[in-house]
Amino acid sequence: MITSLAFRLTKRFGAKVVLDDLTLEVRGREFVTVLGPSGCGKSTALNLLAGLIPPTRGEIRLDGVRIDGLPPERRGFGMVFQNYALFPHLTVGANVAFGLVLRSRGKAEIAERVRRMLELVRLTGFADRYPGQLSGGQQQRVAIARALAVEPRVLLLDEPLSNLDTKLRLEMRGEIKRLHADLGLTSIYVTHDQAEALSLSDRVVVLCDGRVIQAGTPAEIHDRPQTVFVADFMGYRNFFPLTVASEEGDTVLARGEALALRGRTVVPLRPGDAAVAAVRPEDVETTTEPPGPNVVRGTVRLTEYLGREHGVEVALEGGPTLTVSLAHPVAVGSALALRLPPERVVILPAEGDAR
Amino acid sequence: MRVVALLVPSVAYLLAMFVFPFAYGVLLSLRPKGGGVSLANYVAFFLDPWQARTIWVTASIAVPNTLLTVLLALIVAYAMRRGIWLERTITTALVLPIALGTVLVAEGINGFYGPKGWLTQVLLALGLAEPTRLTHNYTGVMLALFLQHFPFCFLMLLGYISGIDPALEASARVLGAGPWAVFRRVMWPLIAPGVAIAGALVFVMNFGVFPSAVLVGQPAGATRTIAIAAYQEAFEHYDMPMASAIAVVMGVCQLAGLAVILFLRRRMAGTGVATMGAGKR
Repeated sequence: MITSLAFRLTKRFGAKVVLDDLTLEVRGREFVTVLGPSGCGKSTALNLLAGLIPPTRGEIRLDGVRIDGLPPERRGFGMVFQNYALFPHLTVGANVAFGLVLRSRGKAEIAERVRRMLELVRLTGFADRYPGQLSGGQQQRVAIARALAVEPRVLLLDEPLSNLDTKLRLEMRGEIKRLHADLGLTSIYVTHDQAEALSLSDRVVVLCDGRVIQAGTPAEIHDRPQTVFVADFMGYRNFFPLTVASEEGDTVLARGEALALRGRTVVPLRPGDAAVAAVRPEDVETTTEPPGPNVVRGTVRLTEYLGREHGVEVALEGGPTLTVSLAHPVAVGSALALRLPPERVVILPAEGDAR
Repeated sequence: MRVVALLVPSVAYLLAMFVFPFAYGVLLSLRPKGGGVSLANYVAFFLDPWQARTIWVTASIAVPNTLLTVLLALIVAYAMRRGIWLERTITTALVLPIALGTVLVAEGINGFYGPKGWLTQVLLALGLAEPTRLTHNYTGVMLALFLQHFPFCFLMLLGYISGIDPALEASARVLGAGPWAVFRRVMWPLIAPGVAIAGALVFVMNFGVFPSAVLVGQPAGATRTIAIAAYQEAFEHYDMPMASAIAVVMGVCQLAGLAVILFLRRRMAGTGVATMGAGKR
């Protein structure tokens, strides 16, 4: 059991900075997710931690001891890959035993441990099959069993669910969470899927262009995004560029040509600052209140049936479009009065590079 | 009916280009010059030490050369599997001999490694070596065959090896495998089928060696290969049946070599699914 994995890593490929001083301390038994779009450097970070590529600059300390000089085979980590990376010429049992054989464990011990690992990932009886004979979900479970068999000090997971279909992905997500808790693992999980990040993690680190944009608990990231980029990633679909009119503690009033919105701030703003108001579709509600701040009128332009709710695109008076999620169907062309609850509106600083 | 009709072109091609000449040659070999139908040509070949010896001479060139070519190509291709600096330039340089043809390569070998060649002169000028004969003997043929077949073997293996998912190597490393264990436990089982095929092709080409054995070898002695024996019967003694018999013996030797290689591959790779990881990105 480790108590901490601390690292500070910079990676450049030629002139391109892929990872810019990524600094993080992961505590023992913690589940940390690195969340970001493709190309943000998150997989590079994992490969650096595993020792598969050398950092340009930085260090990795495991319980205070530097390990960045060690080759991957001597770090004692486990890694799960997006494409499973099972050895196609070995049976499931031999795949799971791979790390144990290299550690020269006894035959009986290996057999017992392989059996236990396969039981853990619910694949008892599959030991003699070949990876090519298994479904994607089963292959990923074998990959997880193989990584866990060596009792890794840290488990690294590189988008392990991306190749699976939706139903399997939800199932495996639960499985990973269960294994992490039951075995007391320390895990670093890389994904571009915000739902995975929120449901699995103790802590989420949002990465963009190799830099940490925001880090915090899932609830903090979800409810208090600090940038438009993070808000966008966290399901805020509506963004309105406005100017801050007045501030009062952590609420501000921001105005634009067609819109005036009161909302919460996470990052302090002053009157006159350029801002962006962000609202989730499901936070908007229909209202009978008269127009004013946070109450808008518009015409339904498009509806989408989403099962539990209806996705509705509303053209607001004055131009902007608002995407809302309503419990009841509405007809295209009908007029709607909508309320954007101030406690649900986040007012963010407008960014130069707007990501 | 349609299925049969679709088979016609390929069957016709096989019959015309392969089965007929082969069958013709075999039948021809059974009708010795003296008349009648007998195995006399084969008996004569094996009873004449000067002729029978060519099998041993050819094998002593073909077998070590195949091993050397495949081994070096495997080492170079494996080292280049993740791409290297100046990869295109190096690959082009390695592959160039294919484009030059046997005769030009042989001339080049004479010019470079020959008694008056650059290499000898440079070594002599530096006082580094006694003049040793590198051409018009066994070594010359080995050099020529290596230069011709290495690029081909290297390209085949490079394609094979770079087709293996890099994540396999990465996961083996993280699981505790050092570079050698990665090769032995993961890469080799996946590469072995490709090595076997490359080795089989190089062996067959080596066993049929003719121009190199004449141009940079010693065709009257140390490198009088079985192909030279067949050529002499056909175009010096005008004994086509005897030449055919020798050609058939050569073919049987090549098939025997293939059988050995395929047997070894089956034993080494262990299972039939060894090829599954290759070519899968």
